[in-house]
Amino acid sequence: MIRLENVHKAFGENRVLRGLTLEVPKGTSMVIIGGSGTGKSVALKCVLGLIAPDQGKIFVDGQDATTGDRDAFLARFGMLFQGGALFDSLPVWQNVAFRLLRGSLKRPAAEAREIAIEKLRRVGLKPDVADRFPAELSGGMQKRVGLARAIAAEPEIIFFDEPTTGLDPIMAGVINDLIREIVVEMGATAMTITHDMTSVRAIADNVAMLHDGVIQWTGPVKEMDHSNDPYLDQFIHGRAEGPIEAVR
Amino acid sequence: MILLSPLGALGRLTLDILSAVGRVAIFAALTLRHILTPPFYPREIAHALLQIGWLSLPVVGLTAIFTGGALALQIYAGGARFNAEAVVPQIVAIGMVRELGPVLVGLMIAARVTSSIAAEIATMKVTEQIDALVTLSTHPMKYLTAPRVLAALITVPLLVGVGDVIGIFGGYAVATQNLGFNPATYLKNTVDFLEMRDIVSSLVKGCVFGGIAALMGCYYGMNSGRGAQGVGRATKGSVEAAAVLILAANFLLTGVFFSV
Ligand SMILES: Nc1ncnc2c1ncn2[C@@H]1O[C@H](COP(=O)(O)OP(=O)(O)OP(=O)(O)O)[C@@H](O)[C@H]1O
Ligand SMILES: [Mg+2]
Repeated sequence: MIRLENVHKAFGENRVLRGLTLEVPKGTSMVIIGGSGTGKSVALKCVLGLIAPDQGKIFVDGQDATTGDRDAFLARFGMLFQGGALFDSLPVWQNVAFRLLRGSLKRPAAEAREIAIEKLRRVGLKPDVADRFPAELSGGMQKRVGLARAIAAEPEIIFFDEPTTGLDPIMAGVINDLIREIVVEMGATAMTITHDMTSVRAIADNVAMLHDGVIQWTGPVKEMDHSNDPYLDQFIHGRAEGPIEAVR
Repeated sequence: MILLSPLGALGRLTLDILSAVGRVAIFAALTLRHILTPPFYPREIAHALLQIGWLSLPVVGLTAIFTGGALALQIYAGGARFNAEAVVPQIVAIGMVRELGPVLVGLMIAARVTSSIAAEIATMKVTEQIDALVTLSTHPMKYLTAPRVLAALITVPLLVGVGDVIGIFGGYAVATQNLGFNPATYLKNTVDFLEMRDIVSSLVKGCVFGGIAALMGCYYGMNSGRGAQGVGRATKGSVEAAAVLILAANFLLTGVFFSV
């Protein structure tokens, strides 16, 4: 279980998170929605300790995320970055198998390569992509390599930052199914950021909407359509008019 | 503002400089710890040795040979004013080994290696690759900084040694071909004149300059700002800092080795 308690984070004058509180039960899929620039990516990075919150606490399975063995903590996580964040000095398969080629999960290179190719297949990429370099791939392909890397070591907790952005609708469907599968079959806990309402409905057990630095609404995906929350309604129906100003 | 409160500005500047020195010192200490403690990344180290050492040879060789040649011409012309043309081999040897070899190699490494390290690491930072390393349970300093600094500490003294030899050869070539020196005498004079202390100082300087060059590249890269502009600033800052620190360190080391 992941718990964020009253998390604040500002970058200079820009107060991004202003008391974010959110709970993600173990083995469920939480989707975070919200306007561009509201701090969704920042929130995920706070959980991972990539950004230190100014205030507030974050717990993973009841343990404070800032204390304890950091290596052991991170070993449980997989993260797909919004921009892919592939290592451009390494070929695709070594990106995917990065964790399997060094450290505590290290295994023989041939085996790691095999796993990498299998993960690439699961995100809809052919084996011949394995030996290419990230810079030679299209944006959507890079995104999927990033996804393959996030799931390669079969982590218990996986964060996906906009997994379907830049993908064609069919491939987006494949990725939605994959994320659902990872949660249902592997029992992983997932936190996904997306702007794609189809994805939300396909992936989510629970939805949380971030607005003005706090969770504006959260609940099961089934209740999303009759929440009577004007902010959420405006967002999921993509209306320009409403309580959320279009110019931020 | 600066005009109105010169003392305040001075104070702030002093504090800024001191805190920068502190941050760099901590960065250096952490790097050293990461170099000495496992896990080690042999592939990264091999790659850095190749990039920093082997691939710098051409530029180091060219710099040294032209400098040695020019040095011989200058000393001959200058020495002729008081009938001291014969000292060309000795002065070329001393000049190259004590000062020009290490300093020029150091500056070439700052231009070639510091800039590329800073740009590469800064780009990684800007594109979240550094964050990605962390989430993949890999310490960025251990994976990126330690191999590069280690490789520079090993290879730059060797490059300086090579530069010294090629520089002396440049002087030798000019002196024997154009200035009428006897090859055998020239070499004998060079070898007889150089002391162990000259060579040791040259290699120690190489080691220190290499460390500075790689460390500055990593430090500025890791602390890069956002966007392409951040990468540009980091690269520029790293080369400036490396060049100035190399020249300052050279002055200090020359004092340490040769003041008595
Ligand atoms: N490292 C940083 N330094 C300074 N400001 C930052 C940093 N990271 C994020 N921000 C700022 O925090 C705010 C939230 O950024 P974040 O990336 O979390 O948005 P987001 O909700 O993920 O948006 P999007 O949907 O467009 O990805 C933005 O205003 C951004 O400028
Ligand atoms: Mg984002």
